[in-house]
Amino acid sequence: MTSLLEMRGIVRCFGPLRANDGIDLTVEAGHILGLLGENGSGKSTLMKVLFGMLPPDAGTIAFRGRPLAGHHPREAMEAGIAMIHQHFMLVEAMTVTENVMLGWPDAGRILKRGEVAERVRETSRRFGLDLDPHVPIAGLSLGRRQRVEILKAILRKADLLILDEPTSNLAPPEVADLLSILRRLKSEGKGIVFISHKLPEVLEVCDDVVVLRAGRVTGRAPVAGASRAQLAEMMVGRDITAPHALTPREPGPSRVVARELSAAGLSPLSFEIRGGEILGVAGVDGNGQLELVDAIAGLNRARGGTLVLDGNDITHASVAARVAAGMAYMPADRGHRALVRDMTVAENLMLRDSRREPYARGWLLDAAGRTRSARRLMADYDIRAAGPGAITARLSGGNQQKVVIARELDRSPAVLVAHQAAWGLDPGATRFVLDRVIGLRDAGAAVLYVSSELEEVLAISDRIAVMSGGAFVAIVRRADADLRQIGLWMAGRAA
Amino acid sequence: MTIDIIAAAIRIATPLLFAALGGLLSERSGVFAVGLEGMMLAGAFAAIIGASATGSALGGIALAIVGGAIIATAVAVIAVRYRADNMVTGLAANILALGLTSYLLRVIAGGGAPASIHLDPLASWPIPYLSDIPTIGPLLFDQPPLTYLAVIGCVLMSLFLRRTQAGLTLTATGENPEAVFASGSSPMRVRMIAIITGGAIAGLGGAVLSLQQVGTFTDGMTGGRGYLALASLIVGRWTPWGAAIACLAFGAAEALELRMQTFGVPVSSYIVQMVPYLIALAVLAGIGRSSRMPASIGQPLPR
Ligand SMILES: Nc1ncnc2c1ncn2[C@@H]1O[C@H](COP(=O)(O)OP(=O)(O)O)[C@@H](O)[C@H]1O
Ligand SMILES: [Mg+2]
Repeated sequence: MTSLLEMRGIVRCFGPLRANDGIDLTVEAGHILGLLGENGSGKSTLMKVLFGMLPPDAGTIAFRGRPLAGHHPREAMEAGIAMIHQHFMLVEAMTVTENVMLGWPDAGRILKRGEVAERVRETSRRFGLDLDPHVPIAGLSLGRRQRVEILKAILRKADLLILDEPTSNLAPPEVADLLSILRRLKSEGKGIVFISHKLPEVLEVCDDVVVLRAGRVTGRAPVAGASRAQLAEMMVGRDITAPHALTPREPGPSRVVARELSAAGLSPLSFEIRGGEILGVAGVDGNGQLELVDAIAGLNRARGGTLVLDGNDITHASVAARVAAGMAYMPADRGHRALVRDMTVAENLMLRDSRREPYARGWLLDAAGRTRSARRLMADYDIRAAGPGAITARLSGGNQQKVVIARELDRSPAVLVAHQAAWGLDPGATRFVLDRVIGLRDAGAAVLYVSSELEEVLAISDRIAVMSGGAFVAIVRRADADLRQIGLWMAGRAA
Repeated sequence: MTIDIIAAAIRIATPLLFAALGGLLSERSGVFAVGLEGMMLAGAFAAIIGASATGSALGGIALAIVGGAIIATAVAVIAVRYRADNMVTGLAANILALGLTSYLLRVIAGGGAPASIHLDPLASWPIPYLSDIPTIGPLLFDQPPLTYLAVIGCVLMSLFLRRTQAGLTLTATGENPEAVFASGSSPMRVRMIAIITGGAIAGLGGAVLSLQQVGTFTDGMTGGRGYLALASLIVGRWTPWGAAIACLAFGAAEALELRMQTFGVPVSSYIVQMVPYLIALAVLAGIGRSSRMPASIGQPLPR
């Protein structure tokens, strides 16, 4: 019996970069294959090749024993492959039904709206998708939008579903729903490729895993026999599940002192961060974290109280003055607020210091100095890109964040404000980010580390503040942290 | 008097409506229709040349379609295929059409002076029975042929957008071209076809001006009507009937202004001419952007 899908020797290059370097992949009907790999390991590229969005430089694809050689999405779709992209391919201004009809031959050249809406309703019921055919996409949560994509795949009678990082933007209950929908699809005999860098999910839902690293397959195993540590090692080439080492050290004098600091979205807050100390802020997203980091960075104007950095009152100081005083900021929305995505890596690295050496000489920019500096930072911070002239948008999420880290940390700031610094990164890149932040602490800086991942905050913080409703509910030392209690605080219940 | 104003409004609105419908195709696909003026002008010129060369109005109409489509093809190739800025491309097309038609008009005459071709404006086609209805019969059902065609075009465009797969794909291209690509169509193809077809329709608008209404072509005779059509499209919130109503309203305003001039009401015609654009700006600044404007308009396709 032939397999549902067989990819052989797939090679795909972007300039000098071999994003896929001779990959073999087999998927059976009624199986869920986990495709694991760090950001930038080539997972999305492989799936785009499979779906005909990128022609491969070498290699063959056979689906149900027949070759797919046209390399066009239409060919893949007609063969019975559906792709659920990392970024959904939906038209927000249109309804669920209209999105289903788009490009679907069964909807007819003259659209059969009523008939399609009925099929949407019926299929949604059968697979537990809970979708109203007439609601515009703009009004749906990310989890619901993803189900619209799944619904499209089911209606188009796809036999193979590709899900590229389907859980990265979902809340935990939505993840659970998705996994049960996938099991349902599997029981109906569909083949599924499930891409993720989150090990627990892969172990929970997949039958087999294939691990990619730097464009090559570094491991294949049935999930039944694989351990978390083994898989993680295959992904990054070293064991990364070991906890981050936070060596106890006596913190220095206070570097950041906030007294009754208030701003839009913030109740008056008082806290101190000492040199060589990381103050972690835990809490459910949207409880004032963004307002807090922006208030410290100078983007959310203070309405009352004081903020002091190394003895200087910076309550009303401009962003530039704060930067000059030694503040570094890593915002959560790195794609928009930390980087200019369409500019090169070298340009992003010089953004803040473009008026100074080595980026400028007098009034003129110094291209040679910029390139030299970029090469050094790319080496020091392990930024993997084609070169200093690579467009930043083309880098993987982990490498983009490394650009931000290199720019913010290389000048040894006095204070680092980091918000969701490891969000969306794979284990290797997360480890890299946390190690650098810890390194900065050990060098004597004060760090405010804000994250909605409690585990991450616990791993990295000397003290933990729990935020809820725009205020700190409590601040505890890590040694005294009680998980259950922190959970209650996060839920907004006072002790 | 009111009857006269309505009749004049319909007359003024007809060329605008063709251009607005053509622009609708372009903008729904995600490309600003700044080049409408040039497409209309090329259509107006080609209509007169075609009609005088073939001796038939149909020949003129056919050539008007071709003329508008030629300018539109230039826009499509440069703005879509080569991803140039929509505004710059559209303005360049308008300037190109103005220069080209004026030049060709002189080439045809063989000397330095522009050729003067005079034809009879198209006669009206009264619709049997309906045109006999008192008052509204002669007002609505005794129109020249292209006016009926504009209304039919509006009906067809509305059905096309709401009822057909092609219309859905067009709208989706203006909203999210990547979704269209993922659904198996080529957004580049969709945009090119939309702009070129739109140019052909705008060319008909030019034919209304030259062939149907005056029977001659003069340099730059569209006189900004392409921009007015663009404003109607915006005020009409990118829908065929909305654009039709906006065209009629602008037509009525212009008709009223002419009346006021003859009765000596002291309102400057320049002020009245500004009104449509002010309304269009207000729509753009306020409600328009939030809801109806195609989300990816003006953005080049991702590579
Ligand atoms: N269109 C592109 N142009 C240039 N480089 C690209 C492009 N798409 C991906 N890459 C590069 O190819 C590598 C693999 O990327 P990708 O397949 O997206 O990884 P993954 O999905 O595993 O995170 C990365 O280094 C990325 O920067
Ligand atoms: Mg990816």
